[in-house]
Amino acid sequence: MSTPLERGVETLKAQVDARVEAYFSSCTGCGVCAEACLFYLESGDPRYTPIYKTEPLRKVWKNDHTLLGKLSSSIGLSEPMTESDLSDWEELVYDGCSMCSRCSMVCPVGIDIAYLIRKVKEGLAAAGFVPEGLQMAGERALELGSPMGLTEKSLRNAISGLEKEAGVKIPIDVEGAEYLCMLSSAEIVMYSEYITALSKIFSAADITWTLSSKYFEATNTGVQKGDSGLAVQLLERMVKVATELKVKTVISPECGHAYTTFRWDGPNILGREYPFKVMHILELLDQLRADGKLKTSGSFDERLTYHDPCNISRRGGVLAQPRQLLNQFATNFVEMDECGEMNWCCGGGGGVSSNERAEPLRLKVFNIKKRQLDALNVSTLVTSCSNCRTMLEEGLEHNEMENIEVIGLTELLADHLE
Amino acid sequence: MFEQLVDGILWDIALVIFFVGILWRIIDVLRRGTRRDLSVPRNSGVPGAIMANIRGFFPRREIAPRVRMKVIAGYMFHLGLLILLFFAAPHVKFIAEHITGFSWAAMPYWAFIVTAQVAFAGLILLWIHRLLHPVTRLISRRDDHVGAILVFLVMLTGCMALAEISSELRVFHRFTVELLMIYFPFSALMHAIMFVPSRAYSGATFGRRGVNL
Ligand code: SF4
Ligand code: SF4
Repeated sequence: MSTPLERGVETLKAQVDARVEAYFSSCTGCGVCAEACLFYLESGDPRYTPIYKTEPLRKVWKNDHTLLGKLSSSIGLSEPMTESDLSDWEELVYDGCSMCSRCSMVCPVGIDIAYLIRKVKEGLAAAGFVPEGLQMAGERALELGSPMGLTEKSLRNAISGLEKEAGVKIPIDVEGAEYLCMLSSAEIVMYSEYITALSKIFSAADITWTLSSKYFEATNTGVQKGDSGLAVQLLERMVKVATELKVKTVISPECGHAYTTFRWDGPNILGREYPFKVMHILELLDQLRADGKLKTSGSFDERLTYHDPCNISRRGGVLAQPRQLLNQFATNFVEMDECGEMNWCCGGGGGVSSNERAEPLRLKVFNIKKRQLDALNVSTLVTSCSNCRTMLEEGLEHNEMENIEVIGLTELLADHLE
Repeated sequence: MFEQLVDGILWDIALVIFFVGILWRIIDVLRRGTRRDLSVPRNSGVPGAIMANIRGFFPRREIAPRVRMKVIAGYMFHLGLLILLFFAAPHVKFIAEHITGFSWAAMPYWAFIVTAQVAFAGLILLWIHRLLHPVTRLISRRDDHVGAILVFLVMLTGCMALAEISSELRVFHRFTVELLMIYFPFSALMHAIMFVPSRAYSGATFGRRGVNL
């Protein structure tokens, strides 16, 4: 039986690949990455420096993969890994990093620091150093199929409620539909307007779609936690339902990490290509717009801005689409000073939102977003990620800025259909 | 005796360690390989890798005001060092005699003095910043300081040697260069080479997704 430390160290050793080797070999310790990180800037604590969060992995790499490190280890001069090298990093990595990748955009030598932090999480998770909230979310995702504990029954209840309330038809388990729409649990319990909006949009565009009752959850707690085994299991469920329903395209919901995980990381985590295409809902909507299948009418005249979810914009490349969609009907659309691929995170990505312990820090780093919004004087804040939406609502409430309404882009678009 | 050692066997050893060490480090990265990215790309990763290598020389607009001092000092030091390496008169002569067989125009003495002062100022600024700023102080390692000290010594002895105060200084300069060459492949100084694959890997990853790194 190995100890938590041994498990953590072995897992970290297995994380060293060509990129890790090149990255650690090129870090100059210049500290530029700190100047891009909301957690460092708002807390002023140097321990939140992005590259410092990768220290457990760097130490393993140094001791095990470099000549000087190996020599020092062999003569007892290197510092061996201790349990505190892992436990002390739990808070830095899980509470103090939203995996926003902003640091990766500014490193002068090109280190994708978020990629390294993701690997550090694997080591911490293997050693059992995971915040309770995230651990529980992972267990619920595995057992029930949803990190919030929703079941097929919850979905069916929500659907029948929406069908009655909005008078729409929400297809479920339709084999051969063109599009399978995955959801995040938040879209079932908190933002079910999204599902209604989907129904209106697909009906207006005259295309077939479906939800799946067998597995509807697109978020992946395994990735947030750093547990590849769990990530694989959750991804396999999505692939299975999409394959069984014989759909051509799977639509990732208004959720940032779900998109990046399923669209970009998923095939690499599973080690195989998908037999279907994956798109974010905004990509599909913009494609329908370009094809003339999605026409809007009327205008939205209130002053509004768009919050880029990090994993959709910076890590996902869905940058032009939301702007093109908004520009169809929003007459008073203004951009934040730093937006698009250099947006500021809401503070709750990467599993931070599932980690209650991190709440005070999360609300503190929200100050950046608050300042951005203060400068614009908007009354509406549009986004395309249900997790961001919750974080934004909480941040606004905390700062007594409830005069700003937060709304999902898909929903806003559905309200302006021709 | 010391002069013979420095000009002879030690130079040969340093040269071999320098080149073999660098090659070994590069092979060490490449042999690990990267798995083929199985996600369907939005764009090719190749332009992303190339562009990241070019763009990386300039700080992003959003961050530039916060890192101005680091960037200016960094350029002063790195550019100054490169110019000194390839255009200081004794270096041109040395390279022509020992490596290329041909030479090029060396910079005049006054230009050498100006360039050396700019490079020194850059290095000292970066070092002071490293020691004083809470972030760089926390993340700097012994290796970063050893590398900086070695480069400083090489530059200092080089300036003194060019002033031709004594031939011992030339020997001492060459000795510090040899120490630097031996240390280089095993240290953080490797960033001078490894930044290329680093930027390429990240640039390709982001580029495939349609994001400009
Ligand atoms: S910006 Fe890049 S090179 Fe500088 S300390 Fe951070 S990771 Fe290292
Ligand atoms: S990914 Fe974002 S939150 Fe995490 S260290 Fe980098 S900048 Fe900070």
